[in-house]
Amino acid sequence: MADLATATRNAALTTRGGFAEVVLTPAPAASRLSLRAGADALPGLSAALGVTLPTRPKTSALSGKRHALWLGPDEWLLIDEGEGDLMAAAASSGTLHSSVDVSHRNVAVIVSGPGAEVAINSGCPQDLSLPIFPVGACSRTILGKVEIVLSRIAEDTFRVECWRSFSPYVFGMLSEGAADAGH
Amino acid sequence: MLLIYCPYCEEERSELEFRNAGDAHIVRPANIAEISDEEFEEFFFLRQNPKGLIFERWRHIHGCGRFFNAARDTVSDRFYTTYKAGEPKPDVAAILKGEQDKGAAR
Amino acid sequence: MSGANRIAGAGRLTPARTARFTFDGRTLTALEGDTVASALLANGIHLVGRSFKYHRPRGILSAGAEEPNALLDVSRDAARRQPNVRATVQEVFDGMKVESQNRWPSLAFDVGGFNDLLSPFFAAGFYYKTFMWPKAAWHAIYEPFIRRAAGLGVAPTEADPDHYASRYAHCDVLVIGAGAAGLSAALAAAKAGAKVILCDEQPEVGGALRYERGTTIDGKEGWDWAQAAARTLAAMDNVTVLTRTTGFGYYNHNFVGLVERVTDHLPALDKALPRERLWQVRAKKVILANGSIERHMVFANNDRPGIMLASAGRTYLNHYGVAVGSKVGVYTAHDSAYEAAFDLKRAGVAVPAIVDCRDNPGEAVLAEARRLGIEVLTGHSVVNAGGKLRVSSISVARNGGGSARKIAVDALLVSSGWTPSVHLFSQSRGKVKFDAATQRFLPGTYLQDCLSIGACNGTDDLQATIDEALAAGELTARAAGAEGGAQVTLHGENAFSWTGGMIGAAEGAGPDTTVKAFIDFQHDVCAKDIRLAVREGMHSIEHIKRFTTNGMASDQGKLSNMHGLAIAAETLGKDIPQVGLTTFRQPYTPVTFGAIVNHSRGSLFDPARKTPIHAWEEAHGAEFEDVGNWKRAWFYPKAGEGMHEAVGRECKTVREVAGLFDASTLGKIEVVGPDAAAFLNLMYTNAWDTLKPGRCRYGIMLRDDGFVYDDGVVGRLAEDRFHVTTTTGGAPRVMNHMEDYLQTEFPHLKVWLTSTTEQWAVIAVQGPKAREIIAPLVEGIDLSNEAFPHMSVAEGKICGVPTRLFRMSFTGELGFEVNVPADYGQAVWEAIWERAEPMGACAYGTETMHVLRAEKGYIIVGQDTDGTLTPDDAALSWAVSKKKADFVGIRGLKRPDLVKDGRKQLVGLLTKDPKVVLEEGAQIVADPNQPKPMTMLGHVTSSYWSENCGRSIALAVVAGGRARLGQTLYVPMADRTIAVEVSDMVFFDKEGGRLHG
Repeated sequence: MADLATATRNAALTTRGGFAEVVLTPAPAASRLSLRAGADALPGLSAALGVTLPTRPKTSALSGKRHALWLGPDEWLLIDEGEGDLMAAAASSGTLHSSVDVSHRNVAVIVSGPGAEVAINSGCPQDLSLPIFPVGACSRTILGKVEIVLSRIAEDTFRVECWRSFSPYVFGMLSEGAADAGH
Repeated sequence: MLLIYCPYCEEERSELEFRNAGDAHIVRPANIAEISDEEFEEFFFLRQNPKGLIFERWRHIHGCGRFFNAARDTVSDRFYTTYKAGEPKPDVAAILKGEQDKGAAR
Repeated sequence: MSGANRIAGAGRLTPARTARFTFDGRTLTALEGDTVASALLANGIHLVGRSFKYHRPRGILSAGAEEPNALLDVSRDAARRQPNVRATVQEVFDGMKVESQNRWPSLAFDVGGFNDLLSPFFAAGFYYKTFMWPKAAWHAIYEPFIRRAAGLGVAPTEADPDHYASRYAHCDVLVIGAGAAGLSAALAAAKAGAKVILCDEQPEVGGALRYERGTTIDGKEGWDWAQAAARTLAAMDNVTVLTRTTGFGYYNHNFVGLVERVTDHLPALDKALPRERLWQVRAKKVILANGSIERHMVFANNDRPGIMLASAGRTYLNHYGVAVGSKVGVYTAHDSAYEAAFDLKRAGVAVPAIVDCRDNPGEAVLAEARRLGIEVLTGHSVVNAGGKLRVSSISVARNGGGSARKIAVDALLVSSGWTPSVHLFSQSRGKVKFDAATQRFLPGTYLQDCLSIGACNGTDDLQATIDEALAAGELTARAAGAEGGAQVTLHGENAFSWTGGMIGAAEGAGPDTTVKAFIDFQHDVCAKDIRLAVREGMHSIEHIKRFTTNGMASDQGKLSNMHGLAIAAETLGKDIPQVGLTTFRQPYTPVTFGAIVNHSRGSLFDPARKTPIHAWEEAHGAEFEDVGNWKRAWFYPKAGEGMHEAVGRECKTVREVAGLFDASTLGKIEVVGPDAAAFLNLMYTNAWDTLKPGRCRYGIMLRDDGFVYDDGVVGRLAEDRFHVTTTTGGAPRVMNHMEDYLQTEFPHLKVWLTSTTEQWAVIAVQGPKAREIIAPLVEGIDLSNEAFPHMSVAEGKICGVPTRLFRMSFTGELGFEVNVPADYGQAVWEAIWERAEPMGACAYGTETMHVLRAEKGYIIVGQDTDGTLTPDDAALSWAVSKKKADFVGIRGLKRPDLVKDGRKQLVGLLTKDPKVVLEEGAQIVADPNQPKPMTMLGHVTSSYWSENCGRSIALAVVAGGRARLGQTLYVPMADRTIAVEVSDMVFFDKEGGRLHG
């Protein structure tokens, strides 16, 4: 058994894309947690996870390499771009909650550049102007025919999360949006 | 395409993020196994399909995921109000009167 | 030279900048900025097409989007060809090819023109009266003939090589129409700080200022002011100005569709650019500045080429520098047409007469006509127009009778007044009201948050329009929350104020029922057709419209609706509001399929979902089938094998050795929380509190009506954590169904649901050697029968990565389902395959999976059930708990219809001839010789050739099926009747011992 090689990861998306106005970059693998909990569990969970779980709609919190995205009144998506063990951290909180590892379920594309907003708006019906969707804003929404989780990580940079099998479609839609964003 | 105010997201969003889920305020009887055929028929099958004000359920399925209720006019598609699941049914008379007053003010 | 009729010094185009194009093969020169229409007119060409029904020669009627006649086939290259393009909208580009339509062999001599002579047979509603007899002739003669004759233009046959773009956009104020009103409103809103989108269908802003002369705004010539205003707006950060952009549809809650034509006017195609861009705008406020459309005069033969709207004549002169004729008559019921005569006269074009059917036109225009020496015939009508391929004369008579005087003309400008463009207002579901004083429909009751301004609101005076627009711009900006900026004031002056107008047929169209006085040029509807419709009993305008097809062509009656309505009202002896107005529908003007389909084609037509193991499957020759959006490996043919052979081999191999199957697409839901078991107790018929951690159970989910909704295996990982599987196709709706009950019926339960379908790649290893294959790869799980019996689940490692390992089977064999995080799916599959292949195992696809489960009588929800089967119907009553007080469906199951005898039940069918494979969906009867219609007992739900059984097998729903075991029934087919015997549902390993191997 010891001579067995550990299985290697195959990412769903590997190549970059985009244009001068908008660059599309597959995000590196990350740990992700679908976290569900009631209000009373939030202080304990926030302490255990090291990031304050936001309670306002369409907002997120960032602590180091750990993002906490508000998705619903009892639902957060945690993304850790480092080595942290989110499942263990949540379990250590001693609170009543549900944590489910979705690290491999989601794939992310980083959309950056001055045309990022327009590129995403080619298929996303939300108002992405800065006053309405500021840096740190996040939302589950629609891109074309599929569901995404959109978050704005800088004025001209968004993170688009989707389920793994939808990622080629999402990348394709964003590519077409990016192609038009420069015009 | 409708614009729907999600009471959980506290924002108007495109209909694309939502799914209609039929009539609101139809409570599944706690003793459902015991109810009569007539009561079951009433609970499961019979709907009014009104012209005008309807109380209906929506799910912000591609948003916060929550089910909530709405009072909508089926003719004009105007939403009078939306409110969280479990909150009491708004007073119909008050809604319609409020609309009349607004109409008069216009 | 860009056309003989171009007048030096007139118009706004640059004479040096020319473009060449062809019309019906003839090369012509145009100027940059010309439309096809202005370029043809500059070259003296009026005849551009043949009408739809009568094939009458037709010319250019308008200079805008309302054009009903000049529909041409325009192409850039073989693939970029578009029929029915309005010559008045399409800009000329160098190298463009233009062809006329609906004519053969040529435009000037068209055989179809014969229809004009036969026109007495083609009266309104003739479709409904002719072709009725003999009945048999319909398919053989009438329909083929009509299909050949019907339709305008020829659809392109090649795939569209262009691409299209789309944008969702949000703004405070959307202004549709950039004439004097729209520009003023946009300026006011933008200066107040609002986020503004301003669009206009023309290449340049200006609206009516395009043809006006003598109008000034803020001291500037109207057109120049408009261009400067557009530049000011475009330079502002909070404003988007879109030209060549039509607001085509006003939908719910201020959602407005715009289509921007990006490349159709460009001589050199920039492949990076989309041909069109669809804007889906959500505006807080919408300002409709849609202007008005001039109506033609209704009189005999008013469709002769060379007869056009007065404003069009002005547009061609004042904007394009083209005189539409050398002897141009004017026939009007409205002052505005006089200005066309004045402009032409001043440009040196002869104007033989202005014929005005009114007795008392405005004093100012009469004075100006006298000054310019133009004869004005008031109280007169044009009673006929001569000339065939182009108007050559008009016959003019005093109203009320008298002899006609013939006046030679080579063009005639007509106007009966202006119809406010309430199309978008009406699309917004606002209610129009009829203004009796001015005989027009105006915006009445608003339903959505919009305002109409200017001509589309019935505001005629320029300064009044500007004031109304400025107020609307500021009001909407403030209401949308804008707080900045200064107020805008503008001063406008124009040469004349207009009065007058008429709707309906002028004297020249008589009460006569024989002359062709057209109201709808595109559908060849005449005044007499409306009268006929009324005489034949059509009293509602909706009926009249459908009987005559008035307003039903692609121009949607922009010119004809009001005339048709007035004639109908007159014939009915009613007021216009009593007859009513037909509803305006989206789109305002035709929209290409390309713009609507947009990105949704090719690989983006629909998401093609592929599993993490897809690449391996592809490399190993799998054929794929679509299951929902998923691409699933269907079977793996080896060289020389068809589907039948491949599936037969796979089926044998799995039962004799083992097989690998990609089950990643199965829906998976993680149910977590202290009340997880209690929740599942409510969602499934089974009892879950008795299931121990580490064990699995097959569960059935019902709807509250008692019918089977989904099924799947549920594993308990811990006291408070379950791993639920659903059917591949059912995953999203099952999740929604569970969330619905959890959130709205059982919100007190402490439990949460998370979709993990895509977290896990699932590798099913099935067959007698399954354990031997995976055992060396697995760490931390004892796979022995004792420690890990059938229906177990454990967490451990495989190939060094985490796994949720299930011992379960959908084949009836010893089996495992290896769940690994998706990115590891392919590597783990390859590692298992490396062990499996040398042992003689195979990879198998969904077809083999289907056969193997059918051999065991395992159902597939959605194939063997159809939403009308109870668990008992499906022979699954063993899975319905008798002890639970509640579960979804518990009451539905007791409904009288669901418990009565004789319900259709799922059973097995064995054909008497074992080689015969039944067709799925085939009907089953007891007596094949009974008279038709036969009594159907049920139908075949699953049917396969079973290599393992050496015969065909089938599942079917049959009325009272289980009581018929051993009976012979019949399956009548088109060519034969197949005898079958009713059997139980298990065809292989009836004792089920192999599961526990």
